Amino acid sequence: MKQSRRETRTALLFVLPWFIGFTAFMLYPVVASIYFSFCDYSVLHPPVFIGLANYRDLIHDAIFWQTVQNTIVYTLWALPISALVALSLALLLNTKVRGMAFYRTIFFIPSLVPMVALAILWQWIFNGQYGILNAFLQDLGIKGPNWLGDPAWSKTALVVLSAWGVGNAMVIYLAGLQDVPRQLYEAADLDGAGWWAKTLHVTLPMISPVILFNVIMGIIGTLQIFTVPYVISPQGAPARSIYFYAMYLFDNAFIYHKMGYACAMGWILFVVILILTLIALKFSERHVHYGGN
Amino acid sequence: MKRSPLSLNRFGLPLLAALIVVTAVYSEMIAHPAYHDGKIHVIYWEKWTDFEGDAIRKTVEAFNRSQNRIHVDLLTVSGIENKTLLAIAGGDPPDVAGLYGPNVAQYADDNAIIPLDSYCKRYGLDRNHFIPVFWDMGHYHGHQYALPSTPATTALHYNMAMLRAAGITHPPQTIEELDADAAKITTRDANGNIQKVGFLPTEPGWWNWAWGYFFGGKLWNGKDKITATDPGNVRAYQWIQSYSKKYGPGNLQSFRSGLGTFSSPQNGFLDGKVAMELQGVWMYNFISRFAPQMEKPKRIWGVVPFPYPADRPDLANTSVADEDVLVIPRGAKHPNAAFAFIRFIESRKGSEMLCGLQRKFSPLRHVDPQFYATHPNPYIKLFVRLAYSKNVITPPKMGIWPEYSSALSNAIDEVTLMEKTPEQALEEVQQEMQPKLDEYLRRLHLRQKAMHEAQSLSAHGDNQ
Repeated sequence: MKQSRRETRTALLFVLPWFIGFTAFMLYPVVASIYFSFCDYSVLHPPVFIGLANYRDLIHDAIFWQTVQNTIVYTLWALPISALVALSLALLLNTKVRGMAFYRTIFFIPSLVPMVALAILWQWIFNGQYGILNAFLQDLGIKGPNWLGDPAWSKTALVVLSAWGVGNAMVIYLAGLQDVPRQLYEAADLDGAGWWAKTLHVTLPMISPVILFNVIMGIIGTLQIFTVPYVISPQGAPARSIYFYAMYLFDNAFIYHKMGYACAMGWILFVVILILTLIALKFSERHVHYGGN
Repeated sequence: MKRSPLSLNRFGLPLLAALIVVTAVYSEMIAHPAYHDGKIHVIYWEKWTDFEGDAIRKTVEAFNRSQNRIHVDLLTVSGIENKTLLAIAGGDPPDVAGLYGPNVAQYADDNAIIPLDSYCKRYGLDRNHFIPVFWDMGHYHGHQYALPSTPATTALHYNMAMLRAAGITHPPQTIEELDADAAKITTRDANGNIQKVGFLPTEPGWWNWAWGYFFGGKLWNGKDKITATDPGNVRAYQWIQSYSKKYGPGNLQSFRSGLGTFSSPQNGFLDGKVAMELQGVWMYNFISRFAPQMEKPKRIWGVVPFPYPADRPDLANTSVADEDVLVIPRGAKHPNAAFAFIRFIESRKGSEMLCGLQRKFSPLRHVDPQFYATHPNPYIKLFVRLAYSKNVITPPKMGIWPEYSSALSNAIDEVTLMEKTPEQALEEVQQEMQPKLDEYLRRLHLRQKAMHEAQSLSAHGDNQ
């Protein structure tokens, strides 16, 4: 009895530093931001309670809606494309070829490039005058657009760029693929299933929990896209075509000194992500198969 | 008795605790060192790096040597407006911060910087001491919140060799001449791609908000009304769009994306790809550093006031003025000593040292004649003359200026890309910004009322 109490006390002592940090740097700011979202607050003066005014102003804020639209369009393209690229690469990297460890490393390396370096690198790749991408297209006889200078193409460029960072998702898919029991493939072989049938009826159902996880993480990540477009153009130029939700939130908080307004934006984004995640979970009940069941 | 797997209890845990305490104390010592030299230590945050940073470092050293009461500790800080904001909010700001001129209104509205009126009075600093525009930029709602560190004005920089090659003998005086000259200089290859241009309103595009003023426009009424759709602004935006119509928006975009970064020899103007540009007094530094061929064997660059519309000669000598400023944040530990340092920067000696090393002009009205006689920039007097011009323009002193200027540059984007007509784009800015200004002023009023109540409450409490 005494022994276990001692151990409990020791355990709590070990947890204490984390708990203090969590309370001071996570829990308190999160709770405070709910309150600030109902306040006029610039960080520099005490918050003044103004009820729902921030939320009401957001509804009438044309720039807010523009960033919402940009973010949705980007997510609708980037999410499926990244998922498809990651999954395809994982399937390819799961085959039995000599030197596979080398290929896996090669395909993972791009996701190690820091975001800021990535943005600057791709700015030159996408350059309308001297970009390597347009030089390549020219060889194919296509006159490439001025990717980042033309509002019609700038979001497309960012979607292409997002596929560059699929390394993490790819590795998770790969781990899932390695976990698929051999005997299922053997059974499928006996039934005369081809590669496609095996992928569709064995592989995908078996890794469906991994797909769900990646989709949810993808929703959270893409809706919060910030670093790359911010480095390319802090104002989301040309013509606010790559001005995303998180960029407007940041500007409100730190450039326009409207922290209360930014907190309200943050909570709206949180609720939207929560709802999308719940929808994904609900949808998954019928389509995701867990090994334990 | 079973031993726990990590036997930290007897020695380890106290050791760990001691380590944490020592780290905390040590970091506090680094952040707030105790000085034993008997001097007041003024902490000064400044944004400049490179040769501009060296200039302020030398000036600070000169101040430290000039007396034995105060020691200024200079710290170079990037993203200074954000970090100062957070330091003030955290209650541990520097004693002096080097912000940008257009920050003043926003910080003053937030009660984040202190008025310098009483200090100015005590040290005998007033509007007469300065070139008026540089005093006025720090003046807001009847108080002096900021004083200039280094000033700037802008003018048309031109490449004489490129002008001559196109058969032009003198730089343009009116906007109409500018457009005609620009057309003569611009060349394209067989595919229609632009190779070099005479002039582009969007290159470098740093004063996109200001173009309206060059055509007699105004951005607001100085109080509570946005005037984005002012006829002068519309005319300016039509002029900007005329370049897209002439050359094709796509071609212009491609050409601009091919220009190198500003601070490099690939800079469009230094590289001979752009013949004329609106630029500031600092441009000479970049010419002498990255394009010495423009200086020797023969000087082939020149500066003239930016052209005016032919039907508006009254708008001659229009120039955008800007300045870096010194402010004392609210909560500064040594405001008196901080101002003593600011006073040094505003003295002839301090100002000529700092501005001379940065190769700018002095914001002061009275300057040692030697200062300009020995100044390396051959056109320095023109920049000073423009600062006194009746058509000198400065960013509007309004709290929502960062939002407004961002909306204006977005409108310029839309106009140059031919997505919208000038009227449409400006009407949208008007519709976006007027409600924002209304709401801003409403909240400012509420905020000041709340602050006033809190102050009178605490005063009441003190009396009891």
